[in-house]
Amino acid sequence: MLTILFDGVAYGMLLFILAVGLAVTMGLMNFINLAHGAFAMVGGYITVLLMQKWGVPFLLCLPLAFLGSALLGGVLERTLYRPLYHKPHLDQVLFSIGLTFMAVATADYFIGSSQQIVQLPEWLKGRTELGDGAWMLGMGHYRLFIIAVCAALTLGLQYVLTKTRFGSRLRASVDDQRVAAGLGINVNWVFLGTFAVGSGLAGLGGALGAEVLGLDPSFPLKFMIYFLIVVAVGGTSSITGPLLAALLLGIADVAGKYYIPKLGGFIVYSLMIAILIWRPQGLFVRKGGK
Amino acid sequence: MQTTDALSQTLLLARGRWKWWELVLWALALASPLLLSSHALIINEIAIVALFALSLDLILGYTGIVSLGHAAFFGMGAYSAALFAKLVMPDPLVGLLVGIGTATVLGALCSATILRGTDLTRLMVTLGVGLILMELANKLDWLTGGADGLQGVVMGPLLGQFEFDLYGRTAAWYSLTVLLLVFVLARRFVSSPFGATLKAIRDNRLRAMAIGVSVNSRLAVVYTVAAALAGAAGALLAQTTGFASLDVFEFHRSADVMLILVIGGVGWMYGGVAGAIVFKLMQDAISSITPQYWTFWIGLFLVVLVLVGRERLIRPWTWFGKGKPGAHHE
Repeated sequence: MLTILFDGVAYGMLLFILAVGLAVTMGLMNFINLAHGAFAMVGGYITVLLMQKWGVPFLLCLPLAFLGSALLGGVLERTLYRPLYHKPHLDQVLFSIGLTFMAVATADYFIGSSQQIVQLPEWLKGRTELGDGAWMLGMGHYRLFIIAVCAALTLGLQYVLTKTRFGSRLRASVDDQRVAAGLGINVNWVFLGTFAVGSGLAGLGGALGAEVLGLDPSFPLKFMIYFLIVVAVGGTSSITGPLLAALLLGIADVAGKYYIPKLGGFIVYSLMIAILIWRPQGLFVRKGGK
Repeated sequence: MQTTDALSQTLLLARGRWKWWELVLWALALASPLLLSSHALIINEIAIVALFALSLDLILGYTGIVSLGHAAFFGMGAYSAALFAKLVMPDPLVGLLVGIGTATVLGALCSATILRGTDLTRLMVTLGVGLILMELANKLDWLTGGADGLQGVVMGPLLGQFEFDLYGRTAAWYSLTVLLLVFVLARRFVSSPFGATLKAIRDNRLRAMAIGVSVNSRLAVVYTVAAALAGAAGALLAQTTGFASLDVFEFHRSADVMLILVIGGVGWMYGGVAGAIVFKLMQDAISSITPQYWTFWIGLFLVVLVLVGRERLIRPWTWFGKGKPGAHHE
């Protein structure tokens, strides 16, 4: 049982890293971006290809995946996303679905539709078991590694958001764009930076998750709903909301698939609908929040 | 008071009046299976997709609800019509009514989920309902055949005398007739005072509430009606192909129908029909060149469409004017 909890936490942390960029950009620009998974897929493919073609070590691939996706995110923000910030949501949905379809077909065309495999280094392959009986806790080293990396990133993000100058600018822009701009904050740069970092984090998540979630061209469509659940349930006003939502989702999904495999994703989706009917603005949003 | 009432009545009626070119258009449509008899299959598909897009137009174009899970009702109609034909009786018209009925019930249940929250919440909830139904159809394999789809659906003759033939001519006429009937009814529906209040809700929900429109009940009704029509489209598909598979619930179906509607223009009765014709012909042409990468082109099309502006793309005469996008409702 503890093992399931542990796996659920690892899964949840991974989802959080994948979706946190989406949460922040959505809160910042009120932009419904269904193409977020495409950036994660790019990160995953960067890792896989670098490791297979040039034998780059896994640990070095992770920052490269981050940089690659962040760069792509920055370029796309500048060129394609910016004109759409003030368009109606229908346009944004159509645009980002289109982008997702293109990403899926492109990955299929250049890399092939087969599932990609990441060769983990030896020291990440083992598994440690503590205790025994019903309370046995089996920890895969790789999952432990994921939790550690994601926890470090979360703390880092929280620090940047609450303690640094950029963080306060970002929060000001999220709260009210116009007033923030009036105070001399260059909102456009904040948008660009945030979008790039958010995409980069998604890319990093995709690289880390290639082993756990699987990586093939349909990745952006398959996990789109999960990212959106994290954002919709967690709310977009803080990063603790999405973190808790991601953990909840991860644990519910792993436990559901383990105990009642017949129901599959049913539990997660029903839970999401119930929560959203109960609290349409998200679980962890204070009343009257945007 | 009397005169303003009379005036608004004539205005509403004038909007809903049939023009001569519409009659010509429908006459041509009904004649098409005979004129283009080798293309009856694709005419059937177009009619079904047009009906599906029409139902989405009621909630997206006329009421402003962005839904990514409209395939839920389509699939519900398809599976119930197919199951009814297989297990109870093969009569197509009764099956169609059953398909509409189950989709209506589902729509009425789901309408409670779209009343509150932001666009994002609605998007998620509609998407979630679609996924749940797909999951159900997948897991209840003793009933639905699971991932293999529901096979062995044999339809009886239409009205007891017209058999469904291999060339799909009966099917095309059947679908076109249903489409025409639904179109007439839907047109009456949106040009009624009720339809006018829907547009008021779309344009400004708060103001609509302030003048005394009961927003929630209107949304629930229109969502249920749209679900019923989507169910009809699904039932037609299952009956004319004799098959229902998980594909009817897929995400891409919801996305496609949204694209179809957007191509034809939202909030316009012929939007769905025009979009369906363009989309199906485009799909036919492109997938004969690159069957596998058709989604790339559709994605590119969507991106360009949005960047250029939906309003401008279907109105070519605005391309060379001052590039000021039209005012948009929020």
